[in-house]
Amino acid sequence: MKMIRLLALLPFIGILGGITFVNQVTPYVLGMPFILFWIVMWVVLTSGIMAIVFKLDPSNQGGDS
Amino acid sequence: MNVALLIIFAFLLLSLYLGIRARKGKDMNLEQWTIGGRGFGTLFVFLLMAGEIYTTFTFLGGSGWAYDKGAPTFYIISYGCLAYIISYWLLPTVWKYAKENHLMSQSDFFVSKYKSPVLGILVSLVGVIALIPYLVLQLKGLGIIVSEASYGSISPTLAIWIGVIAVTFYVMVSGIHGSAWTSVVKDIMILVVVVFLGIYLPFHYYGGIQPMFEAIDKAKPGFLVLPETGMSVSWFVSTVLLTTLGFYMWPHTFGSIYSAKNEKVFRKNAMIMPLYQLVLLFVFFVGFAAILQVPNLEGSQADLALLRLSIQTFDPWFVGIIGAAGLLTAMVPGSMILMTASTLLAKNVYKAVSPSATDAQISALAKYLVPVIALVSLYFTFQGGNTIVTLLLMGYSLVTQLFPAFVFSLAKNNFVTRQGAFAGIIAGVATVAYITISGTTIGTLFPSLPQAIQDLNVGIVALIANIVVMTVVSLVTTRTVNVNCE
Repeated sequence: MKMIRLLALLPFIGILGGITFVNQVTPYVLGMPFILFWIVMWVVLTSGIMAIVFKLDPSNQGGDS
Repeated sequence: MNVALLIIFAFLLLSLYLGIRARKGKDMNLEQWTIGGRGFGTLFVFLLMAGEIYTTFTFLGGSGWAYDKGAPTFYIISYGCLAYIISYWLLPTVWKYAKENHLMSQSDFFVSKYKSPVLGILVSLVGVIALIPYLVLQLKGLGIIVSEASYGSISPTLAIWIGVIAVTFYVMVSGIHGSAWTSVVKDIMILVVVVFLGIYLPFHYYGGIQPMFEAIDKAKPGFLVLPETGMSVSWFVSTVLLTTLGFYMWPHTFGSIYSAKNEKVFRKNAMIMPLYQLVLLFVFFVGFAAILQVPNLEGSQADLALLRLSIQTFDPWFVGIIGAAGLLTAMVPGSMILMTASTLLAKNVYKAVSPSATDAQISALAKYLVPVIALVSLYFTFQGGNTIVTLLLMGYSLVTQLFPAFVFSLAKNNFVTRQGAFAGIIAGVATVAYITISGTTIGTLFPSLPQAIQDLNVGIVALIANIVVMTVVSLVTTRTVNVNCE
């Protein structure tokens, strides 16, 4: 469970820590200025990370109770 | 009567019908009315939370900020994303505690954790004071949307009155069930409309997303990155952090946590919500597309960017659809706010001062408070004033002040005493009020500090004041208790 929480920290580091380094327009990725792409990428990654967390989390085993 | 107006009215009637029909077969006691009898599954909880988050602010404010401020608007996507991560662990904890202790409102949580009805009154008042600007914001948005989309044939004032009467009516009848059902229509509408606009407009006017951004970058260099000073990187980081903490502190969001039927609902939502957040991306695209097409919208006029560009581009029937989507984005959160504010006042303020009131009386009082709060909000709406986002930020800073006392109460051994919680919240709220009214920034407080610190969101100051006072008062009061024991 501890490892899972570390995984969930990544988006915080990516968005809050990363923003300093990506505050630029170029290169454009998927048509978006780089700073916007960076944030969008982290949003998508967050969804993926939370899916992994959900899968690994023992409290989700078993049915809806 | 034009086509656009007919379409807007058709959707108004549809949502009114769904809102009232939602009551069917339910005995409307307070638990059923305000938190749906703790019976909502993943989809309804998703829609309710999305309904509260994707408001007129999404529609007008999001595009308005992209139009007016550029890159700083990206903070909106960021904080939601981070808040959903926290929600995975936070919401199940809150839900479980609420279920075990039969809680119905956010204030109940504080009352129960700190064993203090007085703290409940304070939390309720802070909540209601923050909710009213939020509701005013929705109403202003509603007025703008309907009046613009009807090509001016309905005045904002009339539109607001019609919207408020409809919402008040279905909230009194169906409570949260009404909000959940209307949010079904709302979310489908906004998803379709926003994604379509966000893709169509850049391609129609610029031939693509990248050409659009290139054109903007050429016309306004530096607009697509965070500026060196003001809304700089440090502003961005501090604002995202603050809003992430405040995210679930809104009384209506907190209350909708209770409506889930089990805790797994939240864990599932934590996977989907971040992606859904990307709807905002398309809202931004619309705002950016407007920059070179409808220039010269200044100040609060920026909120009109989306509508002005749509009117210029589309036929009236489609403008009507956009208007209807906008109307619903005001009505769903509006209904949640009205319901939450009346529940807080009835259950946590009235009941606290007159404990002999029966549950039936409280339930009735909560319903009758709905029109009263609606009227108060109408008063503030017609008084005029700030642009949409500024209003929201003030409310946000206020509810964020509940966070320290809340988060410490989750710990097994909470060192914060009820006096500490009370004093901390008061200190934080007072600081927010002072800062907002006097227009203080960290730069004006400490002009000699480095620019990066000057640009920090001034809400940090209020939060620090809150935590310091909370800690000191808690330590002092714990000691007195210990001394008394000896």
